[in-house]
Amino acid sequence: MSEIRKIFRRNSSGDNVFVIMDMLILLLLFVAILYPLLYVISSSFSGGQMLMGLSLVPKRVSLEGYKAVFEYSAVWNGYRNSIFYTLFGTVLAMVVTVLCAYPLSRTDFKPGKYAMGLCVFTMYFSGGLIPTYLTIRNYQMINTIWAVIVPNALSVYNMIVMRTYFKTQIPVELRESAQIDGCGDWRYLLQITLPLSGSVLGVVALYYAVARWNSYFTEMVYLQNRDMLPLQNILREILIINNPTTEMGISPEAEAKAAERSELLKYSVIVLASLPMMMMYPFFQKSFVKGVMVGSVKG
Amino acid sequence: MTINIKRNSVLKHFQRYGALYIMLIIPMAILVLFKYVPMYGAQIAFRNYRITRSIESSPWVGFKYFEKFFDYYGFWPILRNTLTINLYSLLVFPLPLILAILLTHLPFKRMVKTVQNVSYIPHFVSTVVLCSMVIQFTNARTGLINAITAIFGAEPVNFMAHKEYFYPIYILSDLWRDLGYNSIIYIAALTGVSPDLHEAAIMDGASIIKRVWHIDIPSIMPTFCTLLIMRCGQMLTIGYEKVLLLQNSLNISVSEVISTYSYNISLNAASPQFSYAAAIGLFSAVVNLVLLATVNKLIGRTSGNSLW
Repeated sequence: MSEIRKIFRRNSSGDNVFVIMDMLILLLLFVAILYPLLYVISSSFSGGQMLMGLSLVPKRVSLEGYKAVFEYSAVWNGYRNSIFYTLFGTVLAMVVTVLCAYPLSRTDFKPGKYAMGLCVFTMYFSGGLIPTYLTIRNYQMINTIWAVIVPNALSVYNMIVMRTYFKTQIPVELRESAQIDGCGDWRYLLQITLPLSGSVLGVVALYYAVARWNSYFTEMVYLQNRDMLPLQNILREILIINNPTTEMGISPEAEAKAAERSELLKYSVIVLASLPMMMMYPFFQKSFVKGVMVGSVKG
Repeated sequence: MTINIKRNSVLKHFQRYGALYIMLIIPMAILVLFKYVPMYGAQIAFRNYRITRSIESSPWVGFKYFEKFFDYYGFWPILRNTLTINLYSLLVFPLPLILAILLTHLPFKRMVKTVQNVSYIPHFVSTVVLCSMVIQFTNARTGLINAITAIFGAEPVNFMAHKEYFYPIYILSDLWRDLGYNSIIYIAALTGVSPDLHEAAIMDGASIIKRVWHIDIPSIMPTFCTLLIMRCGQMLTIGYEKVLLLQNSLNISVSEVISTYSYNISLNAASPQFSYAAAIGLFSAVVNLVLLATVNKLIGRTSGNSLW
C-alpha cells in the first residue's frame, strides 16, 4: 500500500487522474474478458440449467452436461480426429517450415531472395477459394486428410517469424566456424541451429497447432465423410446449425430433441473443446509473447 | 577459357549450396502446387468452366461473369455489407494500441501482468466456439446479455434475430477475442523505446499524456502503419468464416458479404457456379491488392511508413 501511496505522491495531480482512469479501464476490461470465460465454465457444471442471473455459482453442481458429452459418440470421434490432425499437421508443418526458413535465413545464399519473393507474393494475392478447391480436387485429394494438412503445411507468416529468428538470434560466426570445421548444412541445421531455437520452434508449433485445432472451414469444404470431421465441425453441427434461430425444414420432433440435447451439453462441450489449447498456453506463455515480438522485427 | 571459369563457379555454387537447394524442394513444391497452380486456375473466371471438362477446353467468355456480378441485384447490398463490416473493424483498429499504452503506463506491475495474461486467453478460443458462445449469450430466454440488461429493466431481446445487432455482435466478439493478443505487438514496440526519452521528459515536467503523445505515439507509428496497410489488403475477404457461422435467415440482408456470397453460390450450392464464384474471388483479390498498394502509397507519402 505504501508503494502505491508513494507513486501517487510523486506524480502530479494530472498524472494521478490518468493513473486512476487507466486502472479503472483495465479493471473493467479484465472483468469483461474473464467473466464470459468463467460463466461458460460454471454453466458447464450446471446440468443444463440456467445460472441464477449473473451469478457464477450454479444452482446445483452436476456433471450431467459432461455425461451427455461422453455418451455422444460423434463428439468423441471428432475429438480423436482433431487430436490426430493437429499432431500430424503440426509435425509436418514444422518440418516444411524449418526446411523453408533455414535456407532463406542465409544471407549468403543469393537465390534465396527469389524463393522469398515467391513466398511473400502469396501473402498479398491468392487464386481464391474456388480455383484452390478445383486444384485440390484435380489432385484427387478431396475427402482425404491430405487436402487439409498439406496445403496448410507452409504458412508464410510463420516461416518469416522463424527466418527472422534464425537470422537475428543465431550469430553468423557460429556457422562460419562450423563450416571451417567441415560441418555441412544439414548437420549445422539439425545439431546447432535447431537446438538454439527452442523458443521460436515452440511458438511456431503453437501457432500451427492452434490454427489446425480451431479450423472448421477447410475441413467443411474438403471433407465430406462425416466420420472424418474434426471436433470443430461437430461443434458447429451441435451448437450452431441445430440452434432454432438458424433451423429450417427439419421435423419439429427432431428439432426439439436436438435442442434438448444441445441445451444440456452446449457449455460442457465448449469447455472440452477449448481445454487442450488453453492448457498448452501457460507452457508457451513466455515464448509466445517473444515470438510475436520476433515476428514484428522487419527482417 | 571464360566458359570454363563460369562452369567452375556454377559447379562451386552448387557444391556449396546444394543442401540448401534440396531443403527448398518440398516447401517450394507445396507453394507452387497449392498457391501458384490455383492462381493459374483462376482463369476459369474468364471461361465457361464445367466440372466435367478441363480448364483449357472450356470456352473463353471474357468478362461475362464479372458483368453478371456487377449486374446482380444483390451486388450493391453485398458490397455495402462488406464495406460496413470493414469500416466498423477499422474504427476499433486502434484499440489494441490504446490498450498497450494503458498497460505500459500503469505503475502497478503485478496488475499489469495479470490483465495482460488474462487478455491473451480468449485468443485460443476457436471461431466455432466463439460464435456458439455468442449465440448462447444473446439468447432471449437464457442468455447472459439479457440477464445483464434485465438489471436495468430492459425487455429480453433475441439479439441474433434482429439484423441491427449483427455488426455490434460481430465487432464486439472479435474485440473480446483478439484485443489482448493484438496489443502484444504494440507493447513490444513500446518496450523498445529507450527509457532515457521518458526520463528526460519527466525531468522536464512532462505529464503522462504529453509523453504518450510525443514519445509513445511516434515510436509506435511504424508498427501501426504496417498493420493498417496489411489490414487494408484484406478488406474484401476478411472474417468470412465467422460471418458464415453467425449468418441466419433473419440477418442475411446485412450479413451476406462478398466472400460468403461466393461460397454460398458455389461450394454450398446444389448446382455450383464455379466460374461465377471464381470471378467474384478474383475481383476481391484484385481489389484487395489495389487497396493495399493505394493505402501503402498514401501512408508512405503522409508518414513515411510503407511496406516497400
